[in-house]
Amino acid sequence: MDESRMKEYWNKNIRLIVTLLIVWASVSLVAGIILAKPLFTIHIGGLPLSFWFAQQGSIIVFVLLIFIYAWRMDRLDKEYDVEEYKMTKSAGKGVGK
Amino acid sequence: MTVETWTIILILLTFALYTYIGWASRVKDTKGFYVAGQGVPAIANGAATAADWMSAASFISMAGLISFMGFDGTVYLMGWTGGYVLLALLLAPYLRKFGRYTVPDFIGDRYYSKYARAVAAVATIFISLTYVAGQMRGVGIVFSRYLQVDITIGVIIGSVIVAFFAVMGGMKGITWTQVAQYFVLILAYLVPAIAISNMLTGIPIPQIGLTFTDIASRLSQIQVDLGLGEYLSPFQSLSALNVFAITVSLMVGTAGLPHVITRFYTVPSVRAARYSAGWALLFIALLYTTAPAIGVFAKYNLIQSLNAKPVAEVMQVDWVAKWAGTGLLKLEDKNNDGLLTFAKDVKINEVTIDKDIIVLSTPEVAKLAPFIIALVAAGGMAAALSTAAGLLLSMSSAVSHDLYYRIFKPNATDAQRLIVGRSMVLVAVFAAAWFGIHPPGFVGEVVAFAFGLAAASLFPVILLGIFDPRMNKEGAISGMLVGLIFTLLMIVLMKSQPILGTAQPLLKDFFGFNAQGIGMVGSALNFIVSFVVSRITPAPPLEIQDLVRDIRTPRGASETIAH
Repeated sequence: MDESRMKEYWNKNIRLIVTLLIVWASVSLVAGIILAKPLFTIHIGGLPLSFWFAQQGSIIVFVLLIFIYAWRMDRLDKEYDVEEYKMTKSAGKGVGK
Repeated sequence: MTVETWTIILILLTFALYTYIGWASRVKDTKGFYVAGQGVPAIANGAATAADWMSAASFISMAGLISFMGFDGTVYLMGWTGGYVLLALLLAPYLRKFGRYTVPDFIGDRYYSKYARAVAAVATIFISLTYVAGQMRGVGIVFSRYLQVDITIGVIIGSVIVAFFAVMGGMKGITWTQVAQYFVLILAYLVPAIAISNMLTGIPIPQIGLTFTDIASRLSQIQVDLGLGEYLSPFQSLSALNVFAITVSLMVGTAGLPHVITRFYTVPSVRAARYSAGWALLFIALLYTTAPAIGVFAKYNLIQSLNAKPVAEVMQVDWVAKWAGTGLLKLEDKNNDGLLTFAKDVKINEVTIDKDIIVLSTPEVAKLAPFIIALVAAGGMAAALSTAAGLLLSMSSAVSHDLYYRIFKPNATDAQRLIVGRSMVLVAVFAAAWFGIHPPGFVGEVVAFAFGLAAASLFPVILLGIFDPRMNKEGAISGMLVGLIFTLLMIVLMKSQPILGTAQPLLKDFFGFNAQGIGMVGSALNFIVSFVVSRITPAPPLEIQDLVRDIRTPRGASETIAH
């Protein structure tokens, strides 16, 4: 793969990571801690929203984020033709150059 | 059959299963020993990681801890799960592509320095040792509480079992045993949780029972009426700054713990490393979203069953009498009115609840069969053994692979390395058992060490090693040392009472950060120092910049043959 395609692949990866980490921080550090007081007055079911994010919601979102990343990277790897080949020995040559 | 009989049967059965798996997956080469031959499927590695991660403390104490901290208990919930997102997005796929055996392997090769490798190996040993001491203690406690054997004998039996499957099967034996242990521990956790949720809310799924009924606000109201502090409100037991700092420290520390990172070397591909982190967190989340529900249910139930009730009547209840007998539940009628009173003031309060009782008493409170109570014992045992095994292997590979083979004797044969690896596991088991039998008074206190040090030493240099091609050995080594020394110093100063035996802590806090949260500051210092130092010293050699470029794409990972 040439240098510019490689750069493009990496930049797309970085953009995906940054987007997902923004969500990661918003559901945990922001919704569960920084905005704990303002979100306390809003309710989800029988729980204040900030409590729900802090003790339930954030964890559920964390799991989703990892699977979304794995799934999106599958597509990106295919698009840039950098997936691994397990069976063919010659496929690994010239990695990332 | 009685609870004791069931407990003995279940513990023997599960031990026989673990031993069989350990024997069936014995290994003959170092690749099998250190990284299970890189042949573990993503889901199985996820289950093994989850069992490795969830210790006796997660299993027995966490729900209780949360039930006493209320909202602020989130530091453990978010802290010990959020790190997996960092691991999955920032570290695991690239370390798998790099494809060696240990964390110091990556740091030593990426920073082309034996010195960096040695610092990382020492950090690994130190982090794992502080962590494992508590685990062996957990094994002993489960034995003594359920089978009435002495803690010392409990620790010895547990050590023999762990030693057997770790020495025989190395990482391979440990991994497959942990898969079995995950299923034992999650079953043991969920069955009583489902029963108590159904009993109190009419909804059998604890997470839904907690969210969609008013049980939590009822508990909060009862606590306010009794003067125990509002359950649902944030920042009742910790300052907002510390809730934030502890959460970040635990997240970053989790992503930097060597025994967790090593797990991602065992899968066959980069793709499997990405998915396996997701499976691991899904398996962990099953327990971590249930724990806060158990915390609310069990506490509500305890207060309802005990508060303002006549002492004589309460003592008729089976589980009350039993747990009062163990000392975990203390009932004393201080004002002699014949009734029990809950209060914040220790002079008035008549009911003292140990945090461990929240999980341990749930099956009895929910009136489940003795079989289930025995299952909880086997689950606690599985949690303690699986975590101990992973830590022991991490320690022994830091010594036998990184220090012995890579630094002192690079021409050792595979057979020699395997012998050293196996003997090191035995040495590590002895060390852990010794700490389990003679726990230093500050074991509980120094758990903060493990996370703080991992956050301040290993995580930043691994992350920069992957994402910053310009990062060099000068930057990494100075960053690691500054982060490590700063964090160590701060924890020792703030925890000087148990560690140094001073009358008062030598330092109350560091600009408001407490000992558990200081890892966040140490980690930030590490990042800043490495960045600045690396920019004023020469760039790393070209082949290292090529290596960094190479680990960015998955292609070829399955063929990365170590050394």
